[in-house]
Amino acid sequence: MSQTTLKAICAAAIATCALATTSASAQVKIGFMSTLSGPAASLGQDMYDGFMLGVEHAGGKLGGAAIEVLKEDDQLKPELGVQIVSKFIERDKVDIVTGVTFSNVMMAVAKPLADGKAVFVGSNAGPAPLAGAQCNANFFFTSWQNDMQAEVVGKYATDKGYKNVYIMAPNYQSGKDNVAGFKRYFKGGVAGEVYTTVNQPDYSAEIAQMQAAKPDALFVFYPGGMGVNFVKQMRQAGLLGQIPLLSVSTTDGSTIPALKETALGVISGTFWGPDFNNAASKKFVADFEKKYNRIPSQYAAQSYDSALLIDSALKKTGGKASDKNALAAALRAADFKSVRGNFRFNKNGFPIQDMHVFEVAKDAQGRVSLKTASTPLKDLADPYVKDCPLK
Amino acid sequence: MSFNLLLAQSLNGLQFGVLLFLMAAGLTLVFGIMSFINLAHGALYMFGAYFAALVFAASGSFALALLAAALGVFVLAALLDAGGLAVLHKRDHLDQVLATFGMVLFSNEFVRWAWGNSPLFMDTPDALSNSVQIFGFNYPAYRFAIIGVGLAVALGLYALIERTRIGMLIRAGASNREMVSALGVNIGWLNRFVFALGAGLAGLAGAMVGPILSIQPGMGEPILVLTLVVIVIGGIGSIRGAFLGALVVGVVDTLGRVLLPIWLRELFDASVANAAGPALASMLVYLLMVLVLAFKPDGLFPVKARQQ
Repeated sequence: MSQTTLKAICAAAIATCALATTSASAQVKIGFMSTLSGPAASLGQDMYDGFMLGVEHAGGKLGGAAIEVLKEDDQLKPELGVQIVSKFIERDKVDIVTGVTFSNVMMAVAKPLADGKAVFVGSNAGPAPLAGAQCNANFFFTSWQNDMQAEVVGKYATDKGYKNVYIMAPNYQSGKDNVAGFKRYFKGGVAGEVYTTVNQPDYSAEIAQMQAAKPDALFVFYPGGMGVNFVKQMRQAGLLGQIPLLSVSTTDGSTIPALKETALGVISGTFWGPDFNNAASKKFVADFEKKYNRIPSQYAAQSYDSALLIDSALKKTGGKASDKNALAAALRAADFKSVRGNFRFNKNGFPIQDMHVFEVAKDAQGRVSLKTASTPLKDLADPYVKDCPLK
Repeated sequence: MSFNLLLAQSLNGLQFGVLLFLMAAGLTLVFGIMSFINLAHGALYMFGAYFAALVFAASGSFALALLAAALGVFVLAALLDAGGLAVLHKRDHLDQVLATFGMVLFSNEFVRWAWGNSPLFMDTPDALSNSVQIFGFNYPAYRFAIIGVGLAVALGLYALIERTRIGMLIRAGASNREMVSALGVNIGWLNRFVFALGAGLAGLAGAMVGPILSIQPGMGEPILVLTLVVIVIGGIGSIRGAFLGALVVGVVDTLGRVLLPIWLRELFDASVANAAGPALASMLVYLLMVLVLAFKPDGLFPVKARQQ
């Protein structure tokens, strides 16, 4: 055997040893999965950065326990998500699974999570079935149920007294859910309802149709690149400022850096904004900006909360994750300071929380960001909880 | 729907068609003359958009950004051709598809690595950021600029192919490359010029959409598919076919998206119409392609028959 081979084997042995010691000292293993590649990768990255900032604020440990975070990218592919979650549960034997960016991936991994009796802390996707009939005692969500963000915008439109709202969304499940959520709380009339092809780049034809209908306001759900295109094209048509643009997931932390001044004045609804005045939020925003040099998005905030939630639960269990029931009960207590202020779990594991409306505006430093406009819905619970059999 | 609205929508269709033409012109030349299938045409469009956004952000001059995108992609394509793509010209179509598809994957990852995942933003140039009142609608001035640039390019290409010596050589090379080569013309350089020219036009198209769309990895694929439809409908290898085919596809796609849901709503329940309308509308251009292929397999405006 040559000397180099011998050296290589020695090095490998030492490296394996080193690996073995780090995993042996970790008492709690956390499997983090989000969408970290493709057009939506900035969402997944914000989730990861937010989560890791939460871990850092908890002192590098969660609930006093040394932790090991396994990070995986689901590439927005449900089948890959299922493989990753199965690996987390069967091979890595993680104690807690967290993350998950998209609802279609969430629906796919719900079964392996439930079958593996895993404790799951979701920090973005909140599909309706998991809030209703398929709710699970071990699933917790630090974000929102999908409908909530549209519901608050619907209530806002009602409060504003709009009589005639034009509605646009991409032609897929989330688009329809958001339109349904909006209509649930909007009491005025609908001037027109248009569903566009998913990832359609150009909306010139639909914008011309909308102008012809002469609505009081426009409600849209265009996440990611679709939102960037849509808002730009509304601005170029000279319609922003003429027709109020109400939205969900269209002007958020992932698109505002691209849109900047173009998006000024657009209204959107969600649970948290970077201008929140409570101590937890201020600390989160200041440290996030210092560390990552950008304004945190709601996706970062949700995931930051998920780290603090896990921290609070592990404190209650004395840093142990072996008893799943004890861990779930500790999570359910939600004994942590959320960046959104009041936070408690409903029986289906989704939050009951205040929902706010934001306007794209310049912050104190002159950067384009989200400014809290009002709080149309307080203590909002999702509409599907009535179908959840849990007590 | 009112007459004015129909006019405004036709204008939208024209603008989309003109944009498709910028893409289709290059693809149809390269395919028709060199018999080279270039799936990476969409990637070149993406590079054009990135180059334009970067130059515009750095210099503030939109004209300079357009020039940088067109020239930058022209040079990039010439280098690619010199660096190995030329070998593929003689290979069969499957090899070409595989190799250029690999380039698509590579380009998307490269762009992601170089400029990040988040979309890049390109401002509308100040002079064109307003909207114009036309037929009682707010119509973005920038879209008129797209139509203008597209028509100018169409005229320029027509003059180049039909009225200049190099155009004559290109046409001759398309009919019989061996003969042109035997007459002492360097067909390799001629092909490289055609390839780079087509790429430059794709780059220009990418730069022109920069202010309308988000500039992000993978932005070239959706438009590439439509471009392929355009050259099939128009007739492969024909600039005239690419132009008219692009206008047909642009107008059919735009009016289909607008009119189909309205018509369906009169026939069916609103929820059925809302679900079926967009789905049918997005199929419309493909149905058109099927019809064209069934009745005129050479396309609507084929190149005049060549003598072999």
